[in-house]
Amino acid sequence: MGISIHNISKSYKDVKALQDISFEVKPNELFGIIGPDGAGKTTLFRILTTLLFPDQGTATVAGFDVIKDYKKIRNSVGYMPGKFSLYHDLTVEENLNFFATIFGTTIEENYDLIKDIYVQIEPFNDRRAGKLSGGMKQKLALSCALIHKPKVLFLDEPTTGVDPVSRKEFWEMLKRLQQKNITILVSTPYMDEAALCDRVALIQDGKILQIDTPKAIVKHYHKSIYNVRSANMYQLITSLKAYEHHHSVYPFGEFVHYTDKRSDFNPADLIAYLKSKNLSDIYIERTEATIEDTFMELAI
Amino acid sequence: MSKSKVIQVEGLTKMFGDFAAVNSITFEVEKGEIFGFLGANGAGKTTAIKMLIGISHPTSGKATVAGFDVYTQTEYIKKNIGYMSQKFALYDDLTVKENIIFFGGIYGLPRKIIKEKSGTLIQELGLENVANQLVGYLPLGWKQKLSFSVSLIHDPKIVFLDEPTGGVDPITRRQFWEMIYKAANQGTTVFVTTHYMDEAEYCDRVSIMVNGKIEALDTPKKLKEQFQAERMNDVFLKLARG
Repeated sequence: MGISIHNISKSYKDVKALQDISFEVKPNELFGIIGPDGAGKTTLFRILTTLLFPDQGTATVAGFDVIKDYKKIRNSVGYMPGKFSLYHDLTVEENLNFFATIFGTTIEENYDLIKDIYVQIEPFNDRRAGKLSGGMKQKLALSCALIHKPKVLFLDEPTTGVDPVSRKEFWEMLKRLQQKNITILVSTPYMDEAALCDRVALIQDGKILQIDTPKAIVKHYHKSIYNVRSANMYQLITSLKAYEHHHSVYPFGEFVHYTDKRSDFNPADLIAYLKSKNLSDIYIERTEATIEDTFMELAI
Repeated sequence: MSKSKVIQVEGLTKMFGDFAAVNSITFEVEKGEIFGFLGANGAGKTTAIKMLIGISHPTSGKATVAGFDVYTQTEYIKKNIGYMSQKFALYDDLTVKENIIFFGGIYGLPRKIIKEKSGTLIQELGLENVANQLVGYLPLGWKQKLSFSVSLIHDPKIVFLDEPTGGVDPITRRQFWEMIYKAANQGTTVFVTTHYMDEAEYCDRVSIMVNGKIEALDTPKKLKEQFQAERMNDVFLKLARG
């Protein structure tokens, strides 16, 4: 039981939050919605979790229509919104009990599903949720979203503002949940997390730029990318941008990713140009495209 | 080594009861340097920054920021630094122009200078068409770039950036870093925290805090050599997991 989305559009006054979005998420798939703030990720999540009506289009979640069968959807999905969704003045255990009770179940009944995650916060059972660290809040929120054994799990930016260590742990948890027959739709602004999904949709300004496996998305990148480095990063960037043949210039970690307009580009020409601009310690080498390169190429 | 040290920290410590949130950290930052201040959530970064910007009193240790003492000269520190964080940046219910005028006024700039600065600033950011719009309606990336420019309005010696690019799209994130490079190139020291490890690579030097202590401090290149890692992300995972 996956997710099926057909021509969904949603506007807020003049702002087109979603424009004719269509895609399918297969049962038990870990599907990523990758895009920056304001891309429309949360609007899409709210429509799929029956909290918002689309202006146009239809969608089903776990086989149920998001408008007609909204009550059935609410019983069969788990939703972890981007903003902290717990009750600050309830303890860890009270929060979990609260969500279990709302769905007519108990912690014991589905303990198996949350065990892995919950053992890490169980020592703080009596602590109020508002006093937990970011990483622990995130684990509690995930436990609460899972406590009624949902068929589909919606995670809206679960790792935003979370450090790399906790992010890695969180993705390992998702991989394990996937083994338990749960379809997962997860959104993130971190492009590097795209590689951890089975398939991803790149989204910006309410439009889907591309949908595919992370590997295929990178393969579609049609230009040759070069890593360029020199002693002075700022001068390097401004000089590359002033080069008449440049197609794109983006800082990328210790390098600048450079693409050229010409199909017969010769790196030696670029080196000569940079030397004429008084840059030293110039290094240039072909490199592979990343999801982020693809995203930026599509988003321009 | 004739470059001047704009931040000098020695054995700086902050206790909350028995808990050492910041546990005797020592480091220096040079003029014009881009210094990355990294660490996991809860490692003590925010507490350390609060002491450096003069809004939290250290328990022990020494520190000067822009030449001023963090115990006795906090008001001078505040005048000589810029600060921007993702959480608090600009007033959503003021327009672009009003925000610039407001912050210029807070830092005591003369009206004439504020007028000049707001003109160039709006032009440089390409915000002419939205200058009289409420900041709350701007896309996040624009807001963050504006916020950074506003934090530099009084020509501070150091600017502190606390996760300035969280959630921002990849292109704007890079434009933001180009602004950082430009500021550093003009001699402003940039002290920045981030959870994006590719951004850690943009820094001249990086420190990594673990449980209140600085466990590593060097250029990204040397840290990668030291920890035999290909990327800063792996350095971070090796350190912060331990």
